[in-house]
Amino acid sequence: MAIEKKKGLKKAALSDLITYLGVTAVFVIMSLLQSRGMLSRSLSGQLVPICCYVVMAVSLNLTVGVLGELSLGHAGFMSVGAFSGIIAAMCLQGHIASNPVLLLVAMVVGAFFAAIVGLLVGLPVLRLRGDYLAIVTLAFGEIIKDLINCLLVGYDSRGLHFAFNFNGKQNVDSLNLAEDGIAIIKGAQGAAGTTKLATFTAGFILVILALVVVLNLMRSRSGRAIMALRDNRIAAESVGINVTKYKLMAFVTSAALAGAAGALFGLNYSSLQATKFNFDTSILVLVFVVLGGLGNMRGSIIAATVLTILPEALREFADYRMLVYAIVLILVMLATNSPRLKAMLNRAFSPIKRLFAGKGAEKEAAQ
Amino acid sequence: MKFLSDLISGISLGSVYAIIALGYTMVYGIAKMLNFAHGDVIMIGGYVSYCAMFYLGFPVWAAVLLAMLVCTVLGIVIEGLAYKPLRSAPSLAVLITAIGVSYFLQNSALLIWKADTKVYPSIVDGSLKLGQLTIPYVTLLTVAACVVIMIGLSIFTSKSKMGKAMRACSEDKGAAQLMGINVNRTISATFAIGSALAAIAGVLLCSSYYTLNPTTGSMPGIKAFTAAVFGGIGSIPGAFLGGILLGVIESIAKAYVPNLANAVVFAVLIVVLLVKPSGLLGKVVREKV
Repeated sequence: MAIEKKKGLKKAALSDLITYLGVTAVFVIMSLLQSRGMLSRSLSGQLVPICCYVVMAVSLNLTVGVLGELSLGHAGFMSVGAFSGIIAAMCLQGHIASNPVLLLVAMVVGAFFAAIVGLLVGLPVLRLRGDYLAIVTLAFGEIIKDLINCLLVGYDSRGLHFAFNFNGKQNVDSLNLAEDGIAIIKGAQGAAGTTKLATFTAGFILVILALVVVLNLMRSRSGRAIMALRDNRIAAESVGINVTKYKLMAFVTSAALAGAAGALFGLNYSSLQATKFNFDTSILVLVFVVLGGLGNMRGSIIAATVLTILPEALREFADYRMLVYAIVLILVMLATNSPRLKAMLNRAFSPIKRLFAGKGAEKEAAQ
Repeated sequence: MKFLSDLISGISLGSVYAIIALGYTMVYGIAKMLNFAHGDVIMIGGYVSYCAMFYLGFPVWAAVLLAMLVCTVLGIVIEGLAYKPLRSAPSLAVLITAIGVSYFLQNSALLIWKADTKVYPSIVDGSLKLGQLTIPYVTLLTVAACVVIMIGLSIFTSKSKMGKAMRACSEDKGAAQLMGINVNRTISATFAIGSALAAIAGVLLCSSYYTLNPTTGSMPGIKAFTAAVFGGIGSIPGAFLGGILLGVIESIAKAYVPNLANAVVFAVLIVVLLVKPSGLLGKVVREKV
C-alpha cells in the first residue's frame, strides 16, 4: 500500500513537472521566434492575451473542475482585476519608474480586488447548488459589468476621484478634477490612454505562478478536502470537512488569479471597455475548461492556446470562420462524449492502436 | 401616469420573457439541460417572419405560422443532431454543445442576413386610448398571447397523453420508459413545442422593439432563462410569473436608473434565490442521505 501511494505521488509530481517544462519550452521557443521576427504580426500580438486566457482557464478549472461548481461569471473577476489594475498603474505611473515593478503592483492590486469581490460573491453564492449557482454567478458577472460601465474614475494631485453615472447624465466633468488631473475610466467609454505595460515574459511568469498555486493546492490537504466536497458533499461533511471554508478557499483563489490575468490583459491594450468582459467571455473560458478536461490543468492550457489561435488561423475562411469554430466545437463535444461516436472512432483507430500495441509487445519480448 | 405606462410596457416585455421562459422551463424540466441555443431560435423565428412578410408578401398570421413551422423543424433537428447523442453525457458537455449550437445559429444568421439591423414593422398598428394612457395594440396582443399560451400549456401537460408522458419523463426517465413511454420521442416533442413558442416570442419581441439583428435573441434568451429560474425552473406557472415580474422590474428600473436596469434585474434574482433557493414556485427537492 505504502509503495503504491508513493508511486501515485511520484506520478502526480512527474505529471506536474511535464506541465511546467512544456509551458517553459513553448515560452522559450515563442520568445526566440519573436526576437528573430519569425512570428506573424497577428500571432505576436496574441501572445499576451493567450497567457491571460490560459490563466483564466486554469483558474476557472479550479472552480469548475476541482471544486465542481459551474461558474458562468468568471469574466466579472477578470474585469474587476483589469480596471483596478489599470487604476493602480495610472496612479503610480509618476511614482514608480520601473515598468515591470509597476506591472507587478498593478497585477497584485488586480488580484487583491478580484479576491475581495470573489469573497463577497462567494459567501452567498456557494450556498446554492447546481444550475442555481450557475445562474447566480452569471447574474453577478452581469452586475459587475454594468457597475463598471457606470464607473468614472480620475486622478489628480489631491488623490483619486470616483463617481457613478447611474442616470446616464454624468460624465468626466462630474469628477471635478484639478488641472493636472487625468480621467482614467470614463464610464461606458472605459479606460483610454492606458500605458501598455504587459509583456510576454510577464504573461509567462503569471502562467507559471497560476500553475504553481493551483497544482500545489490540488496536491495539498486543503485540495483533497475540496475534491472530497466535489465528489460527495454529504460524505465529506460527515467526516468533518468545513464546507464553507474550503469552497470559499477555492473560489477566492480562482477569483484572485482571474484578477491578476485581468490586470495583465487590461495593461496590454491602450483602451478597454467593460463590455469586453461580458457573458460571452465567461463562456469562452468555460469552453476552454470543458474542452481541456475538467480538473486537468494541462488540458486547459492547451485548449486555451489552441482555441485562441484557431479563429485567427481560420482567417482564410473569412466570414465563415466563426461558423467553422462553432462546428468544430460541436463536433469535438460529440466525438468526446457520445458513446456511439466514441465506439466508432475506437473502431476506426483500432488498427493503428494494434500496430503500436504490437510493437510494444515485441519490445517486451526482446527484453 | 408615467409609472402606469412603465408598468404596462413592463408587463408587455414580461409577457415576451414569459413565453421564452416557458420554452426554457419545459426543456429543462424534461431534458435537465440549459438550452443556450433557445435565444437564437427566437432570432431565427424573427428573421423567418420578417422575410415571409417582406420578400414573400405573406400576411401576418401566415408569416407567424411559417416561422413556427421553421423553428419547430429547427428545434427537432438540433435536438436530434446535437443533443440526442449526448443523452448519457455529463451535463457540462451538453451545455458546451448548446453553446456551440448557439454560435452556429448566430453566425449562420450573420452569413444569410448580414450584420446590419433590420427595421421590423409592428405587426398590429394603432393603440388603445384610455384617458391619458395609450396602450399599443401590440402590447395587448402580446399579453393575451402569453396568457393563452400559458393556459394552453398547463392544460396540455395535465390532460393530454403526450403532456402526461412529458411529466412522467421529467420525474423519472427510467420508470417512464418501463411504463412504455417513448422517452426519445417525448423529448423531441418538448423541443418542438419549445421552439414553436420561441418563434412566437421572436415575432412579438421584434414587433415591440422594431429591430432585428443576429444577436437579437441572446440577451432576451439569458433574461428569460433567469425568469424561468426566478419563478422556479420546471414549473409552467412559475415561468409565467417569473417572466412578468422580471419584465416589470426591468421596465421600472429603466425609468429610474437607465444604466443599471439589467443590474437591478439580476440583483433581484440573486436576492430571491438566496431567500428561496428553488425559485418562487419551484418544488423543494428533499435531499436524501
